[in-house]
Amino acid sequence: MNGDTTKKSTPYTVPIGPVHPALKEPVMFTFKVEGEVVKSVDFAPGNTHRGIEWMGMRRNPVQIVHLTDRICGICGIVHSLSFARAVEQIAEIEVPQRADYIRTILHELERMQSHILWAGVAAHELGFDTLLFLTWRVREQAMDLIENLTGNRVNYGIIQIGGVRRDISDDQIPLIKQGLDYYRGLLAQMKTVFLDDSTIRMRCRGHGLLSYRDAELLCAIGPTARASGVAMDVRHDYPYCAYGDLDVHPIIPPQEFGGPQGDVYDRIIVRLLEIAQSIDIIQQCLDNMPAGEILWEKKLPKLLLTLKKAQGEAIGRVEAPRGECMHYVRMDGNDSPATWKVKASSYSNLMSWIPMLRGEQLADVPIIVASIDPCMSCTDRVSVIRDGGSPGYLTKEELTRLSVEKTRRIEQCH
Amino acid sequence: MPLDLIRTVAGAILVGIFGLLVAIFLLGVDRILTARMQARIGPPLSQPLTDLRKLFTKENVVPANAIPWLFNMAPVVALASALTILLYIPIGGFEPVLSGGGDLVLVMYLLTLPALALVAGGFASGSPYATVGAQREMVTMIAYEFPLAVVIIAIAWKLAASGIPLPFMLASVQANPVWGLVGPLGIIGALILFVVLIIVTPAELSRIPFDTPEAETELAGGILVEYSGKNLALFTLTQGVKTVVMASLVVALFIPYRLSALLPAPAILQPVLDLLFYLVLVVLVAFVSVSLIRVSMARFRINQVVSVYWIYLSLIGITGLLLVMADHFLRGV
Repeated sequence: MNGDTTKKSTPYTVPIGPVHPALKEPVMFTFKVEGEVVKSVDFAPGNTHRGIEWMGMRRNPVQIVHLTDRICGICGIVHSLSFARAVEQIAEIEVPQRADYIRTILHELERMQSHILWAGVAAHELGFDTLLFLTWRVREQAMDLIENLTGNRVNYGIIQIGGVRRDISDDQIPLIKQGLDYYRGLLAQMKTVFLDDSTIRMRCRGHGLLSYRDAELLCAIGPTARASGVAMDVRHDYPYCAYGDLDVHPIIPPQEFGGPQGDVYDRIIVRLLEIAQSIDIIQQCLDNMPAGEILWEKKLPKLLLTLKKAQGEAIGRVEAPRGECMHYVRMDGNDSPATWKVKASSYSNLMSWIPMLRGEQLADVPIIVASIDPCMSCTDRVSVIRDGGSPGYLTKEELTRLSVEKTRRIEQCH
Repeated sequence: MPLDLIRTVAGAILVGIFGLLVAIFLLGVDRILTARMQARIGPPLSQPLTDLRKLFTKENVVPANAIPWLFNMAPVVALASALTILLYIPIGGFEPVLSGGGDLVLVMYLLTLPALALVAGGFASGSPYATVGAQREMVTMIAYEFPLAVVIIAIAWKLAASGIPLPFMLASVQANPVWGLVGPLGIIGALILFVVLIIVTPAELSRIPFDTPEAETELAGGILVEYSGKNLALFTLTQGVKTVVMASLVVALFIPYRLSALLPAPAILQPVLDLLFYLVLVVLVAFVSVSLIRVSMARFRINQVVSVYWIYLSLIGITGLLLVMADHFLRGV
């Protein structure tokens, strides 16, 4: 079967998507396949655009924070924190230290549950459903903890411009410690189950390769880049919240696992080690947590007034479980921001699919696609519908022309 | 002669109904056991029956670029051939309905029929997923055929070498358990062959880790992707009947014991006891070779399926065969 192409000389096309069991969110793949081997691949995102930025431009920043919670079902903290940090920089709001620590704790809990969720999905893509069920059962502890701290399992609504909306009480600290102990006890087991299993190793080692050079050229980020040996992590390179006080370093597959090779197996290693790192970070936060206020300004009208006066632009950068997430905000003295642009982490990682998938077998497509942990609903920022007909695609020239036209239009307004 | 014919026809109908019932039962048991091992509650035992009832009321969709007659015929052929195999296999204490001098060889050939029907149906659906699935099914079939043949030939050879007439007849395999014919070395050999047959079973049934032809996450159901309604119900039943066939084959070849021989019971109860004992054995074999393997492994890639069977299992099977032969000649029977 391998490379046996006696029957047909030309590769045939296998479409996967926009809706397919291998994909957790809609994206359209077109594979040119010879036998079982992928010769070339093209993909088209843009199927889950919901116009969130448009909704945001008609609301004030305090309202937008709740909207950002809903950009992604998993990264609630990531997006709201990223947006809040952008606005705080513009309005020169200083977040109280305690709020920074609470943000960090929740941020890391979210990373833990996201990575565990991913591990389950990866197991499912490999056809290992038992592992999916067991992994997701383990994930519940993190979800319960998040619910206890924020009041919600998803869409937490905990971040506020200038701080957080709920404090962590003294009664809750033992609960967090208990949860950390639970995961510490599980780590060795999870490593055994995922890394020592021969079928997982057979399917993942040496497949979905992304070289160090490709990772750099394609601007891959997060665990995808780190698994290829690119040592970068916003928490380390550009510390925010409490990360400046803490010991954080980018996690690269260590030598004991054969060093970074940039395959699917390495991406599993990186995420498992990051769960351990998150436990460590939360422990450090609990040990050093300062007392004090959790909000820069409790009175909402006063906060809104400050935000209305604010002018300028800023970028909020946050290390999401999938990589760097950016929110660009520009305010010009109105209720709502003049510009709000979300660059979700998956956006930078999608292009690495192309080198990863080329030359692989059809059977490995699901796990390789899942290995970058794509989040399409975060990523899709634009969708072109022409004359109510089928969605169209914009070429580089068209995009440039449209951008220039829009800039002219904005210039005339001023 | 007419009496014989009536006996055969009545037997065939009874075995057919029995086979379908056990098939549905096994599908349900597998789902419950799998769920429990995956920390889920799982569906009730009657779930496969409910599913089938629903499927039979649904519309039969034939894709526009399919070959309708082949597409619709494949499930019927698959189920019919699967049920035919049951007629050659001893069930419980009963003699097989049909038998002849070369049952084992015939069963081996018949076993390929449902798979071939599936392949034909897959190619006839005209979907790229089904085409890839059908290619994979063919490769899988070629891969597991050799280890399966090794196991069957080893057993038949041992029977022939021990001077038992008609060694390829399942009734004589049933009457002479292989364990009683071999010495210590042969027992190790037979155990190895037993394990090989247990591992061949999930591939024969397209179950994880050998479910590459259907591969839900890759091919969205592969061969079966275009099937719906009655056709899908027939394929589901085929799957169940094949499970019964494979489990019965394992029981007939390696555990052909009757409870009535060990437990003194009234003559009327004996067939019931034998049948119950047979059912327990079938469920046990199905549990090990389908449910247990399914929950503990990830799916193989198609080239890995081939190397597992052609290289590893074939070598292991041949080792078992050689051990049985060595045992025979060393003991000088």
